[in-house]
Amino acid sequence: MKLTLRIWRQAGPAEPGRMVAYEVPDANPDMSFLELLDVLNERLTLEGEDPVTFDHDCREGICGSCGVVINGQAHGPRALTTTCQLHVRSFSDGDVIDIEPWRSVAFGVLKDLMVDRSGLDRIIQAGGYISAPTGSAPEAHSTPVPKPIADSAFDNATCIGCGACVAACPNGSAMLFTSAKVAHLNSLPQGAPERASRVLNLVEAMDAEGFGGCTNTGECTNACPKGIPMDSIATLNREYLRASLGRK
Amino acid sequence: MAVTGLLMLLFLIVHMLGNLKIFFGRTDFDHYAHWLRTIGNPVLHESWYLWIQRFVLVVAVVLHAVSAYQLSRRDLKARPTKYSHHQRAKAGYATHIMRYGGITLALFIVYHILDFTTLTLNRHGVDGAAYDNIVSSFSVWWVTAIYIAAMICLGLHIQHGFWSAAQTLGYNRPSRDRAFKGAATGLAVLLTVGFLIVPVSVLAGLVD
Repeated sequence: MKLTLRIWRQAGPAEPGRMVAYEVPDANPDMSFLELLDVLNERLTLEGEDPVTFDHDCREGICGSCGVVINGQAHGPRALTTTCQLHVRSFSDGDVIDIEPWRSVAFGVLKDLMVDRSGLDRIIQAGGYISAPTGSAPEAHSTPVPKPIADSAFDNATCIGCGACVAACPNGSAMLFTSAKVAHLNSLPQGAPERASRVLNLVEAMDAEGFGGCTNTGECTNACPKGIPMDSIATLNREYLRASLGRK
Repeated sequence: MAVTGLLMLLFLIVHMLGNLKIFFGRTDFDHYAHWLRTIGNPVLHESWYLWIQRFVLVVAVVLHAVSAYQLSRRDLKARPTKYSHHQRAKAGYATHIMRYGGITLALFIVYHILDFTTLTLNRHGVDGAAYDNIVSSFSVWWVTAIYIAAMICLGLHIQHGFWSAAQTLGYNRPSRDRAFKGAATGLAVLLTVGFLIVPVSVLAGLVD
């Protein structure tokens, strides 16, 4: 397959960037999208050019490291799929593919397609944890959790923190990410001690990072490779109102 | 935005139902228009209730607009660099048009008040002759056209706004999502059609 990749090149955080076109004449349809970039980078290295910088780690869709905007869509055209799990066969021979970094004032571009997502880490630090005693694991049956709540908490816990929600949101909002933590931890008995403070601290940290506000466009959930649903955002709002009004 | 929006929505439902009284004829409608000024009598003085309601509505509109402005400013600041490949939106037209639709509605409200409350722009313009004032405005095709455009904006605004309010206030849950989305569309259609029956009927000569 012959593909043309138009990639955002930016030498450093303060440098100006631009889209640069590269031809990949020998793309294999069975390559993953990151392997496509690997092939391009090997050639660029041999030619003495600076290879394209992009984040990646597990390459099996669970670490949340990779993530670029492909043809205007976070993680590309396939639903529920991270960039590393996207394959070249999702495109056609002769396609021109635009590859850009996540765009948000809270995600500064470090180099090319790599952005600084530590803002999401600081949100987690503000409340994405529970106060669990250390020592041996407690007997699982000592804290019963109804099945629907356990399922919903687990669905929200599948968030890999890739930042696609922020990248896809026209407002650059981190609402879906933050709501996944609230919907996960606030619904479980283990998260109950920090129920009120968690949501207030998470939202405060989210606002401090400069993320935009939520207008319920639903672009986030559409882009999310883990399918975190919009009702997690309703849950965040409900928990926030509850905590603000001081109900225990 | 959710609370003020719902307050305005409540007013619009009552406003729309009241408008339909025009089909009972001139005497009935003018009597209804006069009665609006006597609500709360004798506890409240003539028109006091109306002024209280106007005050509450103006506060709601202003708070709604200020919130929208603050949210928009914050949102535009959060995405300083646009994507060079335009994003394909999943969100519908109603969601996409919220900001411009809201501005259009604000301008329309000013026009609407100048037309039927202050009667500044009204062709008939006789205080208390609500029925004839309405007929005189809607007999002009382009006035009716403005109302049609504005009410379509209103319907779209409500379609996204009502469901969005359910999200913002935390009332939405997976089991209620379809109900809220259905109610939003239902309210949007009900209000758009309900409001437009009057001008269209006047223009069609059914009310004169």
